[in-house]
Amino acid sequence: MTISASIYDPQTECMSREQLRALQSERLRRIVRYEYENVPLYRQKMDAAGVRPEQIRGVEDICRLPFTEKSDLRDSFPYGLLAVPKQQIVRIQGSSGTTGKPIVVGYTESDVEIWTEMVARALTAAGGGADDIVQICYGYGLFTGGLGAHQGAARIGAMVVPMSSGNTQRQLMMLQELGATMLCCTPSYATLLGESLRQMNVDRSRLRLKSGCFGAEPWSEEMRQKLEELLGLEALNIYGLTEIAGPGVAYECLQKNGMHINEDHVLAEIIDPASGEPLPYGSSGELIFTTLTKQGQPMLRYRTRDICTLYDDPCPCGRNTLRMGRISGRTDDMLVIRGVNVFPSQIEAALIGVGGVAPHFVLVVERVNSSDTLEVRVELTEEMFSDTVSHLEGVKRALAEQVKSVTGVQAKITLAPPKSIPRFEGKAKRVIDNRKL
Amino acid sequence: MFIKQISVYLENVRGSLCEMTECLGQHQINLLAIAIADTSGFGIIRFIVKDDAVDDALAALRGGGYIAQVNDVICISMAHQPNGLAAVLRLIEDNGISIEYAYSFCRSTLTDAVVIIRPSDKHLCEQVLEQAGITMVSQREVDAF
Repeated sequence: MTISASIYDPQTECMSREQLRALQSERLRRIVRYEYENVPLYRQKMDAAGVRPEQIRGVEDICRLPFTEKSDLRDSFPYGLLAVPKQQIVRIQGSSGTTGKPIVVGYTESDVEIWTEMVARALTAAGGGADDIVQICYGYGLFTGGLGAHQGAARIGAMVVPMSSGNTQRQLMMLQELGATMLCCTPSYATLLGESLRQMNVDRSRLRLKSGCFGAEPWSEEMRQKLEELLGLEALNIYGLTEIAGPGVAYECLQKNGMHINEDHVLAEIIDPASGEPLPYGSSGELIFTTLTKQGQPMLRYRTRDICTLYDDPCPCGRNTLRMGRISGRTDDMLVIRGVNVFPSQIEAALIGVGGVAPHFVLVVERVNSSDTLEVRVELTEEMFSDTVSHLEGVKRALAEQVKSVTGVQAKITLAPPKSIPRFEGKAKRVIDNRKL
Repeated sequence: MFIKQISVYLENVRGSLCEMTECLGQHQINLLAIAIADTSGFGIIRFIVKDDAVDDALAALRGGGYIAQVNDVICISMAHQPNGLAAVLRLIEDNGISIEYAYSFCRSTLTDAVVIIRPSDKHLCEQVLEQAGITMVSQREVDAF
């Protein structure tokens, strides 16, 4: 299918690189002063780095500024990084932290507005408009996927079908009956929908889908081809993170050659994760974002831990914004399982909660029938063992429940014999990821 | 009276039972009774050895990287005839005691049948059996098998 797309905000999205740089510089100067004056942690960090707001004259000075880490969000939970009084916050969104404690982000009315615009640009780039019916099967709630896509779809005047996640049979029924033209969900869930249709012998001509914005987990070009074949649509990548806004921070146009970054609202950099030194466009490294317009909880040089490459060559679509390639990995050991961020440290905390001690464990992730499965292999300890099967089954059940409550993900627990999990000097390898993306 | 039982955790994979029994064999430990409880994911092997071999067996298993544990179980001797076991189990049941598992000896010098049980309440069960005049086999008698 050939589809066409317009540009939501051509004045901004097609601005020349020079104009964009001037706009970013002006906004950076303003936001750095704002952060210094309103967020104690940023003031401390800048004082410690020996940099004052007036020394930041433009984007060329960005590397003089200190980084912000996920742990800063965790340590300041829930309101420590707010730059405005709580009365001005109109929304909280959140995601899992690294040790079971969630991170939350507060949005002012203007922050929600900016985020909505970002998603509106993304959906427009995917061919969306007032004539479209957008079925959203990202989860609604603290997770930014559902509400983020919803706001953007409403902004472009589309008909929104807010299905939220799960209940595949119902999703498929609505997809056919309501005739959605666009689909927003994780790429693995889209694959599951497509494969279920095939199993039910539903011909894809019964669907009216023209495009899909798929994100919240890493995927591949092979998966894009498979999705396009299964669902008969243009499968586009969308990127975002709660800390910065949510989905829509960057989005693909129909050229499918990387995700356009909303550079009027965020400043993107690539650094060497080990040294923290900036790297030129075209090289692979850790992605860093500085929010330029956010009021509620602005982010200063936020380390995303995502590894990717930035491209500044022109895109035939007419937008002049930087593009980011697919996320090729992480600088930490975060896993994305069915769209949920899972850290091995969370699992460790859950296991200690049951056994009282930190057992040796390894996480095994597989993709079975397009759905991710998590197996936690835990080495049995003397304390956990007993001579009855019912006791050991009880231990397994307690471990599974604890892992579910800490991470939100259903896991299969396997009790492994002692010493069966390899030991490592230094940092343990806690993850075996067998997914073929 | 109780006798000592060793239980060992094994993952339900091919060869694991064989390797564990070889480990005991290398340490000259003879199994007087053995029972295997298996689930799809794991198994628990329970066995009886002579009293003076319990510590050696435990050391051998732990040295071999196994998780092992010692428990008290009750060893009952009964008439080797129809209803022999049923009569004992009825008594236990009527006293509200459940049986987690039971198994019998590989061989004994006794003419009676010998069954090992793991009751939910070992002290109550012992008392009930004693009062009913049912023969329990002592660790010393087991050692003589």
